[in-house]
Amino acid sequence: MFLRRSNYSHPEFRAGVRDFQRVAPGIAAWGLMTGVAMVQSGMGVVESLLMALLVFAGSSQLAAIPLILAGAPLWIIWATGFCVNLRFVVFSLHLRPFLAHLPMWERICHGYLTADLSYVQFTSRFARPGANAAERQAQEAYLAGNDMVNWMAWVGSSLAGVALARLIPQDWGLAFAGILCLVGILCSLATTRLRLVSAAVAGAAAVAAYGLPLKLNILLAIATAVLACMVIEKFPGGHAARP
Amino acid sequence: MSDIDGRTVVVVVGLALITVLARGFFLMSGKAWSLPHWAQRGLQYAPIAALAAVVVPEVVTVQGHLVSNWQDARLFAAAAGAAAYFWRKDVLVTIVVGMAVYLPLHIGWSW
Repeated sequence: MFLRRSNYSHPEFRAGVRDFQRVAPGIAAWGLMTGVAMVQSGMGVVESLLMALLVFAGSSQLAAIPLILAGAPLWIIWATGFCVNLRFVVFSLHLRPFLAHLPMWERICHGYLTADLSYVQFTSRFARPGANAAERQAQEAYLAGNDMVNWMAWVGSSLAGVALARLIPQDWGLAFAGILCLVGILCSLATTRLRLVSAAVAGAAAVAAYGLPLKLNILLAIATAVLACMVIEKFPGGHAARP
Repeated sequence: MSDIDGRTVVVVVGLALITVLARGFFLMSGKAWSLPHWAQRGLQYAPIAALAAVVVPEVVTVQGHLVSNWQDARLFAAAAGAAAYFWRKDVLVTIVVGMAVYLPLHIGWSW
């Protein structure tokens, strides 16, 4: 975590901070509009503040708001939240070997703080877990710096959104900056032909399956794209597309 | 404050625990095991797939249906943002260029 001196005094910590700063404006715009959306849709200020501070997952917050206001049963709201978050289960599987040397509560803290963009930046900077203690320390410091900026940008802008909800008209569409931020990250990941195939298959599948309940289209799209790429990899020439 | 809705607080705390559960799902157990090779290979395609699955519907659908009208600011802004990324290799430039295309079309022409 970023509270540990061995992390925040490490040069990789600053690299993590610097990398996330490039995408922080997009996250901040998204957080701001999530804060505005919570209040404008009718949630109380205290409940909105609590949600911004604790839940720390924009997509599940946006999915839960209409269900809360409609008085849906608790288990439906929570099941929806979990399904929207299922991609994080996949991320935690990927992060596990990088964090396995840490005590349990630190692993869980790192997991909780690592949202989409930190996961993407971390896994594109480090292809494999550190081979020795120094490498593992560098990776942990990078993740801590990256997560810290993510947390500050998201929570700070969400709180600002709750405070300014009456002043910012939602139909300006400022939340689109968050989508553009994800578009930029997506382009930065498109480094091989097979990854482009993965993006194309996942995008098409997510649209085609949009009608599925509980945002299951996202999980289905990830599974379809990964399977498609693994099958294509098997064909002659498929390996040439790998990095 | 007196008008705090207790049920909403319970929902919110539950959602926070669900964030912890999902993001920590495979981090909780301390037992030593490693992923099979095929799973490690598959995982390198997962991040971009997850992003595309979240982003693409936000750009090309209206209330769950594919856009039928090309006069949609999001299409042009996303295309401009992607082109800007490959021009300067910088996510911040993507956001700035995309919004510079989006806001005039969206607010000015209400696309």
